[in-house]
Amino acid sequence: MMLSVRDIRKSFDGKTEVLKGISLDVNKGDVIAILGPSASGKTTLLRCINFLERADSGRMTFDGQEFDMHTVSKRDIAAIRRKTAFVFQNYNLFLNKTVLQNVTLGLTTARGIPRAEAEKTAMAALKRVGMAERADAFPLQLSGGQQQRVAIARGLAAGPEIIYFDEPTSALDPELIGEVLAVMRQLAEEGMTMLVVTHEMEFARSVSNKVVFMDGGRVIEAGPTAEFFSNPKEERTRAFVRSILSKGQE
Amino acid sequence: MNDRLIRILTDAFPQLMEKFFTMTLPLTALSFALALLISVGVAMIQYARVRGLQRLCRIYIWIIRCTPLLVQLYLVFYGLPSLGILLDAFPTAVIVFGINEGAYMAESMRAALEAVPSGQLEAGYCVGMSYMSIMRHVILPQAFRTAFPSLFNSLISMVKGTSLASVITVTEMFRQAIVINGRVYESLALYTEVALIYLAFCSLLTLIQRWGEKRLGAYGGAR
Repeated sequence: MMLSVRDIRKSFDGKTEVLKGISLDVNKGDVIAILGPSASGKTTLLRCINFLERADSGRMTFDGQEFDMHTVSKRDIAAIRRKTAFVFQNYNLFLNKTVLQNVTLGLTTARGIPRAEAEKTAMAALKRVGMAERADAFPLQLSGGQQQRVAIARGLAAGPEIIYFDEPTSALDPELIGEVLAVMRQLAEEGMTMLVVTHEMEFARSVSNKVVFMDGGRVIEAGPTAEFFSNPKEERTRAFVRSILSKGQE
Repeated sequence: MNDRLIRILTDAFPQLMEKFFTMTLPLTALSFALALLISVGVAMIQYARVRGLQRLCRIYIWIIRCTPLLVQLYLVFYGLPSLGILLDAFPTAVIVFGINEGAYMAESMRAALEAVPSGQLEAGYCVGMSYMSIMRHVILPQAFRTAFPSLFNSLISMVKGTSLASVITVTEMFRQAIVINGRVYESLALYTEVALIYLAFCSLLTLIQRWGEKRLGAYGGAR
């Protein structure tokens, strides 16, 4: 087991409980799609797992090391983050940096890699997502799809053990979604471990090997992808799958 | 214009310019540097919500912004000596101008910091960067660009504000004009001359601002 989290709880302002005890296991090479209606807590879950939000309680095991998710130290957080990458819904590229600098900055500042070596690594990562030609462009000169591919390259460059995707195509124009999904599909085929919050059912169905379905801050159903789509056990899951299938036929 | 007046003005010009370069300009540069230092520090403390210090910063801004600059100058130069704190006129001016303008600039900087999307900080964290490293490479450069026009406002206002130092015996350009006028009694002409020098220099700064904004660009974004 590469990553497992147990019983994550999180509420905002001490009132609305967004996560009501979530557990999740990720094996090396897993591509897990986290599905569910909006406001079901998917994004908060991902943010808690990368400590962008501090969970109220919960335990995490990462690479055999166990952490209390509420009291985990800044140093441990930094150490875990160096093994992970996070792709945001709205890319969050460093706006004052070129494409190349976006990828190298974390390498040179956080990992102490010499610039020349960092640039080589960065160019290789940019090539993987097909953005090497735009290395000198600034983020705002790129389309959303291109920005997201650069964001993926930025995550890839440091050689993470797992990449978290938070609705990576939700902010994109429909015609730009394909290029990002293609990059993600390619990563999955290369064996990258991925945890993907998404609304792209076709992607979930054809790329992920496991699905976690969330609603109201709970995991309603989790299991192998094929089983989830062909034979969902829970009534709420069935309703969800039905609604997607009917949408697909429109 | 008669010959006498022309001679007075041409005689005065090099004297005024000398004071401009030896006093007004250094006074502005040093005060502005101090103000910039203070403002970045104060803005960052508030941006990072450093407990305790944050409150101190609010009190500093409150007091400085709500009392007149002239009174602050008098207080430090004529008042503090009774507490045994005796400073020369020039350092007094630098400190008071710096602390005064720093309060205003701190608010500009704070607004600029807060205008940087929070995702920039989160993205930095996610690639393993430390808070200070993200501030230095990502947040502050973007904030400076946003704050650039209003920082220039402060700089231009400071150039003219240094004339207030005349009241605490700093012989900068304006005081030099007063001194010359004491001999020749040509208030209208002399003060117009000194005003034109301020106007010329501040116009130059305005041009530099425009050039600077263009250079800083919009990071390639449509503007």
